[in-house]
Parts: sequence; structure tokens; C-alpha cells
Amino acid sequence: MAQEMHIVLKNRDKINPLDINDYLAAGGYQSLVKARGMAQEEVIEEVKNSGLRGRGGAGFNTGLKWSFSYNIKSDEKYVICNADEGEPGTYKDRIIFESDPHIVLEGMAICGHAIGSKKGYIYCRGEYPQVVDLLKKAISQAKEKGVLGDFDIEVRMGAGAYVCGEESALIESILGQRGEPRFKPPFPPVSGLNWKPSIVNNVETFANIPAIIHKGAQWFTGIGAKSYPGTKLLSLTGDVKNRVCIEVPTDTTIRDVIFHFGGGMRNNGQFKAVQIGGTSGGFIPESLLDTPIDFDSMRKIGATLGTGAVFVMDQSRDIVDVVTRISKFFEHESCGKCNPCREGVFRCHEIMKKINKGLATEEDLEKIQLLCLVMEQTCLCGCGQAAPSPILTTLKHFQEEYEQKLLPA
Amino acid sequence: MLDYKGIMTDYASRKEGIIEAYHAVQKELNYLPKEAIKAAAEAFKIPEKEAYGVATFYSYFSVQPRGKYIIRICESAPCHIAGADEVVEALEQELGIKMGDTTPDLKFTLEFAQCVGQCQETPVITVNGKPYGGVTKDMVPRILAEYK
Repeated sequence: MAQEMHIVLKNRDKINPLDINDYLAAGGYQSLVKARGMAQEEVIEEVKNSGLRGRGGAGFNTGLKWSFSYNIKSDEKYVICNADEGEPGTYKDRIIFESDPHIVLEGMAICGHAIGSKKGYIYCRGEYPQVVDLLKKAISQAKEKGVLGDFDIEVRMGAGAYVCGEESALIESILGQRGEPRFKPPFPPVSGLNWKPSIVNNVETFANIPAIIHKGAQWFTGIGAKSYPGTKLLSLTGDVKNRVCIEVPTDTTIRDVIFHFGGGMRNNGQFKAVQIGGTSGGFIPESLLDTPIDFDSMRKIGATLGTGAVFVMDQSRDIVDVVTRISKFFEHESCGKCNPCREGVFRCHEIMKKINKGLATEEDLEKIQLLCLVMEQTCLCGCGQAAPSPILTTLKHFQEEYEQKLLPA
Repeated sequence: MLDYKGIMTDYASRKEGIIEAYHAVQKELNYLPKEAIKAAAEAFKIPEKEAYGVATFYSYFSVQPRGKYIIRICESAPCHIAGADEVVEALEQELGIKMGDTTPDLKFTLEFAQCVGQCQETPVITVNGKPYGGVTKDMVPRILAEYK
């Protein structure tokens, strides 16, 4: 039977997160020492060969990303940790910090050495003021012990904006501006904070780095799915019995996640759908539950792994009503910079409300589908491009629920 | 009156410090008065419209006065299916105000929020950032009593 595997959460409940001595006693910061004894290219090669891909949702090869910044000569470079965990249903980054903040600091410092950066930022969402306090304590302990050497880390707190999870918007927010995404290219690894090379990685991505340096790329490639090796943290919510955060190899199936680790359905309910990857993720019906959770397998079924949020719904749930609520979320969170998103999410919510109230016709369904396809193609950033996904995937897998709510022809 | 100029000067040594400066003002007042935005514009040497633009971009900043305790109810999908609407109703009834409003004694403000990352126990509300999970309508009076 499937089992959890703890790489990122290896110290969970074993150490006091507020005491750096516990982390050091557990072998902490040894990987940083090792990395600093290696050439920069060697560290990057190791991370590249491990096959580690971004855990925030985009799934880009981490070592390759680092190499872009490494290859540019610049007086300043930055290492930025994206802790703006805003996808509804996601709470894994909070769990990482609350369990073991130093593992992330160590990962960032290793990245700093690899690309040639002396300055790191952690951008933490405004919803987690307790985490900000915890991080500040951890950083000051690390500085006191001198383990970070000349690598400095500062914490910045957001103030409630989903779009700041997008890396260029996050950079704008660190700069004290409205968190609106930039036009790309250039991408942040080439030109990011202060237009200098900047690596923006997710909390979980950085947390994987110490183990990769310690145990080697080959060890890591042997875990989980071939094209997306390692483990993934998943945060379970909704109508599942165990609403917990788990860390499992990436070849674990969705069925095992829900029915083994999640303990099955709450209140003896019957499974209806699961939305994975956050509120911008696709809905998945029962027939596809034997899909492994890795990035590429999920993409093949028209879904996403995303952040690893697992939102389970039972038969009593009204899919159209849930999607209407999701479309309200996007209407609220669109930053308004680009027209397809600003106008698109507004119209999506308008049409979804109409359908949900039983006032829509077949023509509205056609309209919303067309609108969604346009948004996927034309929105400036991932926010608008992914916003249609819950609508399109439910129209595909749960079309009868929409049909039932239409006005009689 | 709060020393806005002083607060802004504290953060203005770094040109990107405006968001932190706003957090510092809100820690005291729970909103950003006109004077604070004006002081920010001067200290950070940016047009006032830009200082206002930053203040109004982020959901957690408000340019309208708010109560001492800001109660946020998550309306994202996981909290929605867990019965957030009932909690909203109970809060509105208990405080005698509607969502988005502040009690006349300036004690409580009710706001909708998007996911606050506590989805292991839904629905979730926060009071000045402190999360309460698995909230039912029956729990509302007890939670409010902590702040009355």
C-alpha cells in the first residue's frame, strides 16, 4: 500500500521550528556547507540532473532556471522565495514553515551560492502574519549562528492579492508597487527585481534542495514519477475524512490520495469530483482517479497538479454552484491590467450566476465556452489563463449538471 | 493623531518600503487615512495617486475607517461548501450589520476574504488575523464574546 515519504517534511514534529539548534542537530545546514565546497556549475548541474521541477505549479526544471541567472554577469542577483500561497485550498507552504523554517532558508542560501547572489527575499502572504514572525525569528537565529555566511535574507509581507503569486507581480509587490504582472519576456531569471537576474522559486522547491545536495541527483530521480521526480506535498480539504497535509511520491494515484491517505469520504458520502491544484485547477471525475498525481500525467487528463491542493466533493455538492463561487473569486482577484482577464472574469461570473439561477440557455453555455477559450489564449498571466479551467473541465465532465439548470428550450 | 510622517520616514530609507509602512499604520488604525497616504507620497517621493494606487490594490488595506476588530469570512470554494453562508448570516445577525460594514461603536468590521490557508478546518473566519476553523453558526456568539 502507498506510503508517505518525507523529504521536505522530514523534521515535521521532530524538531522545534523555533530552535535552530534542533535543526543543526538533525544535520541542518550541512548541505549548504557541502554546496559551498562545490563549484557553482556543479551545484546547478546536480539540481538540474535531479529533475526537480517547480512545486508552485508551473513545473519548470529548477536547475535549468538557476542556470539562466548564473549565466548572466551582474553586480547583483536575487533569490526570492514565493510564499504567497494564495490558491484556495492550499496550505502546504504554511505547514513547511511551521514545521521547519530553516530547511527553506538553507535551500535559498544554496541557490544564492549557485547563481552568485548575496540577497534573498521571502515574500509571505499577508494572511500569514504568524508565519512572518516565525520566519523573522528563524532568520535572526541563522544570522546569529553565522550559518548563512554573507547571504542575507529579508521577509516581506503581502497584503491580500492572489495575483502576487505570479512571479513578476510578486517582484512588483516587493518593490512596493501595485502587484501587477509584467509583460514577458524578459523573464525574472534574466531580469527581475531591480531588473537584475532573480530566481523566484516556491517554498516547497527550496525545501527540496538540501536533500538533493546531500543525497545526490541520482537518489532523487529514483523517487516517484520519472518526468516529475520526488515527492509532492498535498493539502486535503472538502468532503474528505482526513483534511491533512501529506507528502507522497509523485507516482501516487489520486485515488490513493483520497481513499487511502485521506481516509475516504466524510459522513459516508459518495465521491463526486475532486479539484486539484487550487481553485484554478481542473475538476476530475471518478473515472480518472487512477491517474498519478505527477505534473505530466495530470496534464494528460486535462487537469493540473498545481499547488497540490486537493478539494474533494461528494454527491450532495452542486457543481454549478461551486464553479459560480470560483468565478466570483477570479472576478475579485483579477488585477485589471489586461483586458481579456479584467473583462473575461467579470463576464464569466455574470454568466455563471445566470446559469446557477436557472436563467440561462444553451446559447449562454456556448458563449462562456468561447470566452474561456479566448481567455486561455490571450490573458497576460497565469491568473487569467487558468481562470477558465474549472468552467471548461466541469462543462466537459459534468455537463448534465449545467443542462439541468438551463431554461427549457 | 498618529505620526504618519514619522512612520513613513522610518520606512522611506528603502524606496520599496511603502507596503511595510502601510502595514505599520494599519497595525495602529486598521485603515489608511488620507493623511497617511499623503505622508507616504511625500516620504517616498511619488505622486499621491501612486501612493493611493498601492493602498487600494491590496485587499488587506482599506482607505475607509474600519473597526478595532476586523472579522474576515473566507468565501472561497472549500469554505463555501462547508457552510460559510450560515456563518455570515449569524455574524450579521449578532452584530446587527451587513458584510462590508462596521458597527457604530467602531468595534467590529465584517469583510469577505479569499482563502486564508487554513483549509484543514472549514469554514474559516479570522479576527484581526487570528484564524478560527470549523466555525458553525452556534459558535459565533462565543467567538465574538472574546472581543466584546
